[in-house]
Amino acid sequence: MSGEGDVKVAIRRLYKIFGPNPKTMMRHVEGGMCKTDLLEQYNHVLGLQDINVDIRAGEITVIMGLSGSGKSTLIRHLNRLIDPTAGEVLVDGENVLDYGDARLAKLRQNTMSMVFQKFALFPHQTVLANAGMSRRVRGERAEIADTEGRRWLSRVGLDGYEDHYPGQLSGGMQQRVGIARALSSDSEIMLMDEAFSALDPLIRTDMQDLLLELQRELHKTIVFITHDLDEALKIADHLVILKDGTIVQQGEPQEILLQPNDPYIVDFISDINRARVLRVRSVMEVTDRAGEGVAGEVEADTNLERVIALSGGDTNLNYRVMEDGRQVGLLHMRDLVRALVPVEAASEDRRVA
Amino acid sequence: MATYDGLFETLGLETWCGGGATDGPMTMAELLARANGSQAAEGADPSVPLMQTPFPSLDALNRSCAAIPRSRDMTEAVENGFLSVKDPLKTVLDPLTQPLSWMLDLSLELFQDIPWFIMIPLLVAATWFASRRIGVTLFVLVSFLFMAFIDYYDDAIRTLSIIFVCTIVSIVLGIPIGIAMSRSNALQRTVIPILDILQTLPTFVYLIPLIYLFSVTESKIYGIAIILYAVVPVIRLTDLGIRLVDRDVIEAADAFGMSQRQKLWGVQIPLALPNIMAGVNQTIMMSLAMVVIASLISAPGLGVKVLAGIRNLELGVGFVAGFCIVLLAVLLDRSTKAALSRIDASVRS
Repeated sequence: MSGEGDVKVAIRRLYKIFGPNPKTMMRHVEGGMCKTDLLEQYNHVLGLQDINVDIRAGEITVIMGLSGSGKSTLIRHLNRLIDPTAGEVLVDGENVLDYGDARLAKLRQNTMSMVFQKFALFPHQTVLANAGMSRRVRGERAEIADTEGRRWLSRVGLDGYEDHYPGQLSGGMQQRVGIARALSSDSEIMLMDEAFSALDPLIRTDMQDLLLELQRELHKTIVFITHDLDEALKIADHLVILKDGTIVQQGEPQEILLQPNDPYIVDFISDINRARVLRVRSVMEVTDRAGEGVAGEVEADTNLERVIALSGGDTNLNYRVMEDGRQVGLLHMRDLVRALVPVEAASEDRRVA
Repeated sequence: MATYDGLFETLGLETWCGGGATDGPMTMAELLARANGSQAAEGADPSVPLMQTPFPSLDALNRSCAAIPRSRDMTEAVENGFLSVKDPLKTVLDPLTQPLSWMLDLSLELFQDIPWFIMIPLLVAATWFASRRIGVTLFVLVSFLFMAFIDYYDDAIRTLSIIFVCTIVSIVLGIPIGIAMSRSNALQRTVIPILDILQTLPTFVYLIPLIYLFSVTESKIYGIAIILYAVVPVIRLTDLGIRLVDRDVIEAADAFGMSQRQKLWGVQIPLALPNIMAGVNQTIMMSLAMVVIASLISAPGLGVKVLAGIRNLELGVGFVAGFCIVLLAVLLDRSTKAALSRIDASVRS
């Protein structure tokens, strides 16, 4: 068991090449051949290239990318549903690629659970049996599986549906069963592969809230895959942006938003509602001086939209920023407005300056 | 003088050939022709019109060159080839298939020993438990009462007993083979052509080697013929059913660390069950088709009556027996399909 904030899973120099002879292709890739050349000259697809990510315990790490960016491939390397061509996946410091079948089965049964885009529930079993499945797989008694299943079904708001079959539930409810199934295994790591992408927007928001609520309580290590930037920004503690199998940028979401380092990301973030995503902590001046003419106090985690509403649109105001009852900085409305202007890529920014 | 004499002359192979047609085993047709004194075919006149030039086949070439075997010699070689492997084959197959004889005999005895007033309610009850449909159950009841009334009950029950044993053996053999095929593409590639042959080979052809290998007095001879023919659909549909199981669901089973066995029994077989049962239904129908033909090699039952109809020109017997077979086919099909739809409902609900 590792403490919160420690690296729980580390992905090191991970490569995945698809094709008949992936191992021999590593030579070309390490020699700097790009994805298109590899495809044209050797007919191999470079799926993932030199991936390095630290996934910290108790955090939600979101891996975001468009379809074809390799994000679903990447998450399947963590529990080895897909084996890499080269690289390491360290869970609690152990390289899972060295695991034999038995050890790997144990990892999947006890340490990592998974939630799927298309739910992937067992259609021939009841909701309760599905929820307790992870327990039954590792040979625990039926009573334990049922108790755990019932507990987590109730936790995700599915009381009374125990004896239904998955086919009788709506998509949102099915995914709640999927989450209950993953939670009842009591694993420290939860992999979520586009878990909410197949759901309607309103239900998706509900599920995101449910996940955040559960996370506040359970502090799991969650790896979440999505193609939806709003979703990523909403739930991510650490955001990894993937494009064509390589990491374009990773870091705290606010930081990526304020300092994108690639035109691709600039494009990506140009459409989002910055006021709703950015938080006071990211645009404030870090200081403990009292400041003059302070109009009021705001929490550091408040989003800018709420502060604008509070100020009534007056850009001359200053606010004292509080966290845990202490002042951590000052917010100048002028900085706030400036932060709402979409940023060019960091490199271009420098050129202008 | 025959058509292709010139060919061998130009090739300079006359000495190798050593003259024209040889005597050898003859077909019945040739014997008849000779007996009728019409030797026209043999001593064909050299000036064959161009339009009637025979294909350079074994027989035509033999007429010019004795060293080339005739078609009849070729089939005889096939026969000898089979006869030469027959004995070793028999020593292996005989003990292996012996249990089939026992099963068929035992089942036949059992089905016949149970008096009609117990057997018919038993069959009706079985239909009810499998299908839970009043219509199908009633149909089974009425059909058996009808067949009993017209004195075709005994034959029908014999046919049913054979189908019962052969279907069970087919399932026991077929499902594991299907599962193995679904797991290995290489095995699938080798087995599918064999299944294709078994399914397309005219049913009579099965009987020929069986007659040589086993005694007609043994029950297994028809048992084997029926099983070879009927096992195909259950193998095919087990393989297909397991391969069709949703990949996402299999991935979920893997992601939660299920073992191969847990996956097979907990996920693949239950989800493939509708397809497997469709295969079982087909297997039952094909055993019924074969049990009629197998009456040629001593399989008892309604087929014997049909055969009698053909042999003795007893039109009525043949027709009524044929109608009873149709009745059996429909009731077997309906009751297994009703059972199948119940499984379908429980899997897809």
